[in-house]
Amino acid sequence: MKKFFYVLTFVAVSLWLLGPLFFIFLASLTPSSDFYSMNKIFPSRLTLEHIYKLLVNLGGWRAMLVSIQVALVAIAVSFALGIPAGYALTRYIFRGKNMIKLVMLFTRSVPLVVIAVSLVTMYLRLNLADTMFGVALAHGAMVLPFVVLITSSIFSGVFVEYEEAGMIFGLSRFGAFLRITMPLALPGLAASAIFAFIMSWNEVFASSVLAITNRTLPAHILGTAMASPDYFKFAAGTIMAVPALIFIFLIRKYLISMWGISLK
Amino acid sequence: MRRESVTPMLLILPAMAYLIVFIGYPIVGTFQLAFSGSKGWLENFIYVFSSKDFQNAFFNTLILGATVIPIQFILAIIFALLINKKWKGYKVLLYIIATPLALSDVTAALISYSIFAPNGYLNKILLNLNWIERPLYFFGYMFKSREFLVVALTEIWRATPLVFVILLAGLQSINAEYLEAADVFGFSAWKKFIKITLPLLKPSIVSALLVRTLFAFQIFGVVWLLAGRDITVLAGETYYWYVFRNNRNIASTYALIIAILTFIVGWFYIGTIRSKHLEEGVRT
Repeated sequence: MKKFFYVLTFVAVSLWLLGPLFFIFLASLTPSSDFYSMNKIFPSRLTLEHIYKLLVNLGGWRAMLVSIQVALVAIAVSFALGIPAGYALTRYIFRGKNMIKLVMLFTRSVPLVVIAVSLVTMYLRLNLADTMFGVALAHGAMVLPFVVLITSSIFSGVFVEYEEAGMIFGLSRFGAFLRITMPLALPGLAASAIFAFIMSWNEVFASSVLAITNRTLPAHILGTAMASPDYFKFAAGTIMAVPALIFIFLIRKYLISMWGISLK
Repeated sequence: MRRESVTPMLLILPAMAYLIVFIGYPIVGTFQLAFSGSKGWLENFIYVFSSKDFQNAFFNTLILGATVIPIQFILAIIFALLINKKWKGYKVLLYIIATPLALSDVTAALISYSIFAPNGYLNKILLNLNWIERPLYFFGYMFKSREFLVVALTEIWRATPLVFVILLAGLQSINAEYLEAADVFGFSAWKKFIKITLPLLKPSIVSALLVRTLFAFQIFGVVWLLAGRDITVLAGETYYWYVFRNNRNIASTYALIIAILTFIVGWFYIGTIRSKHLEEGVRT
């Protein structure tokens, strides 16, 4: 009886969470004639036509490349600045440490909605308006506090003794960090990079406001979806969902702890 | 841990500088834009507060939050308790529940459109079962309350996993000995939940509540794609005034209102945490 209850909940919860995904994948692969015919739930054949058209003819591919560039630059910037800060927060005691942690938590909770419009004014002066780089720098600011907090927690999981042992054998402090701490922290750092990628890949408000022609994929879709036929909307949903799902699957082991930190 | 002050400051400085330029300075800019107008510094606020659009957007944002958040909490707590039982296959279900975390609000909106569209799967299935004679319409100015329903369902689907993850982390940190002690005293499952699990879970509940309320004020993508401006929300108005009306001042005014609401909620939250510590201090 108890076993039956568990199986039932398992099936019900899975259906609720995965069913909708199945429907949009199915819809994006359904030929348009089958989609508009009411008595056909399952299509007579599957087609990649809509996804292909969205990518090639409707600017999807370009927007996707912008999205990837934005995410990579944002990751590069936020990790280059965030790793030293995260390291300092775990390995040193200094005045103002709590203050800095608070600043990170505060900046993490400032929504991009609040700063996006004012960023445009700044970007117009810096010639960054409507560029991939401008969006990437804004995403970098969104991801940076998260990177600082998460790298600090990753580094605190690497024993300080290892570093000290390395320094006894003649490594400099920086050398010890580079040769000992970094390799040990690498899996966690890779997982957080993927997480940062998903954050940037999914962000839509700032990308829509900061760029008009160089829009990322979600911004491009937000701007054009309403005017497109339904099957392109579904193709768009599939294109955005698949990479994010693959990435989140790769870092599934880290998910709970990562969200714990990013939402603190 | 090393005690030093110059090295750590030098390590942190670049990150702080970056945040000041890309978050601090724009916040000041938002204030400037919101408080500047040709007819005095409060012009934008007077305009916004007296407009029907603002009242609707404010009301809709609150109502959406008030509908969605309690349902998410109930579902999330049930899921978290279920997973925490560690039965066979709980790990698979954990990953399945976490799946929507990967998806953006835009994607979630498109997914729910594939179900609720006039030619969507809900209509197809109901028609084929002969439960309805003609398709149900969920979108359009005529069907505002149905649009609201779809937006709420989408938000519940998309963000319940978020609450779930925080609550599960909280549940896992509860010491099992408390519950074993309760077993010794013959507590029923319900009594254990009410008297032990729930009070110990309070910090996680508060932080999940904070995160959800903050996100609720920023709700944008789902509403914009599914309902357009049939259902106005605060972030949606920011977008509308900037992109369609090209008015940075009004857009910034809306943005600032979102920021202030965020700040108030954050303050309230810090207050709750602090009072909790005080209580503990008194007891011990």
